[in-house]
Amino acid sequence: MVLALLKRDLALATRAGGGFGLAVAFFLILCALVPFGVGPDTGALRPIGPGILWVGALLACLLSLDRIFALDHEDGSMDLLATAPIPLEGVVAVKALAHWITSGLPLIVAAPVFGLLLHLPGAATPWLIASLLVGTPALSMLGAFGAAITVGLRRGGLLLSLLVLPLYIPTLIFGTEVVRRGAEGGDPATPMLFLAGITAGVIALVPFAAAAALRVNLR
Amino acid sequence: MSLLTVQDLAVARGGMRAVEGVTFSLAAGQALILRGPNGIGKTTLLRTIAGLQPPVQGRIAMPDDAVAYAAHADGLKTALTVTENLRFWAEIFGGGGLDAAMSAMDLRGLADRPAAALSAGQKRRLGLARLLVTGRKLWILDEPTVSLDTASVARFATAVRDHLAAGGAALMATHIDLGLDEVEVLDLTPRRAKPGVPTRPAGFNEAFA
Repeated sequence: MVLALLKRDLALATRAGGGFGLAVAFFLILCALVPFGVGPDTGALRPIGPGILWVGALLACLLSLDRIFALDHEDGSMDLLATAPIPLEGVVAVKALAHWITSGLPLIVAAPVFGLLLHLPGAATPWLIASLLVGTPALSMLGAFGAAITVGLRRGGLLLSLLVLPLYIPTLIFGTEVVRRGAEGGDPATPMLFLAGITAGVIALVPFAAAAALRVNLR
Repeated sequence: MSLLTVQDLAVARGGMRAVEGVTFSLAAGQALILRGPNGIGKTTLLRTIAGLQPPVQGRIAMPDDAVAYAAHADGLKTALTVTENLRFWAEIFGGGGLDAAMSAMDLRGLADRPAAALSAGQKRRLGLARLLVTGRKLWILDEPTVSLDTASVARFATAVRDHLAAGGAALMATHIDLGLDEVEVLDLTPRRAKPGVPTRPAGFNEAFA
């Protein structure tokens, strides 16, 4: 049952108007713009590279958040899903997973290439991939929470960004720290553990909060 | 066997009581039609019974996982084909009978068409076919015949009749006579809420109900 929902969301994302690849394209443009802005020399780009990459990933993730529940709410699917045998907590978790697969995962695959644009040292690339792999699920899940809160609102997208971006700060801090330490040859284990802890906590707790928000919005 | 018992139910829309003191029960094989002027709270009542919002007062009793709800919106994904839409809901509800449902609602010829290319009536037929694949006993239908032509209304009436004969029940808000036997009509007009009764105890925050 849960797989059917995941399958449908992935199918919808990859068909016309689904927005698959939008996040990666945005990420690419952002990473390509930065050297134009700060100048192409290594000395200027290297210190800001990890931060730019993580902020880019965060904003790219934000792009498609408002679609998580809004489309289902508009066409009435949300009401029907709420009466289906899947608990709403499960619906939230599956939809966040689908969002991560369609926007988080492509970012992770593309990140090493974008790291080159920002002169990220080769030694930091594995840590960039690892930190995104561990950190981006939290972005999708927190985003699902924001989307659940704003689901009934017209033009809820802006409000959603305002609600969700502050929640992304801990993930951003530790994610950037992992890449920075990786680039400078330090030990990234501590920030990595914090990053993993945040993601684990978010995945465990947020589905309940998001489902509660959905129930209020369904009335 | 009673599939649905509603006792002294009051429902609210936007913080205002809509109808109150609604009492009825629905056994297997029975259908009940709700009537009443626009805005009296038929949709709110149906949503409350379907479990989408909490009642203000009263009791709703039914077996677990019994309800299939069909609202004004059909919950179709325009990028998916008719078959894909229907199969999704069959998998979600763990039901089956895709072929039977497609035949019953005359959707066979449209099986591979994307839902975006369906007319309003065809969309509605797909929305109603969804009920057939849920395998649920109790159908809660909000204006199910909107935008259906005469032939499709007849098909829908047959589907409801078969559902009742198979031990199901249906609660619907409609103004059209479906020509069903064993159908009762509940007029909500006398149950309109008296103004001035607060929906919640004082100081109660609706957001945390």
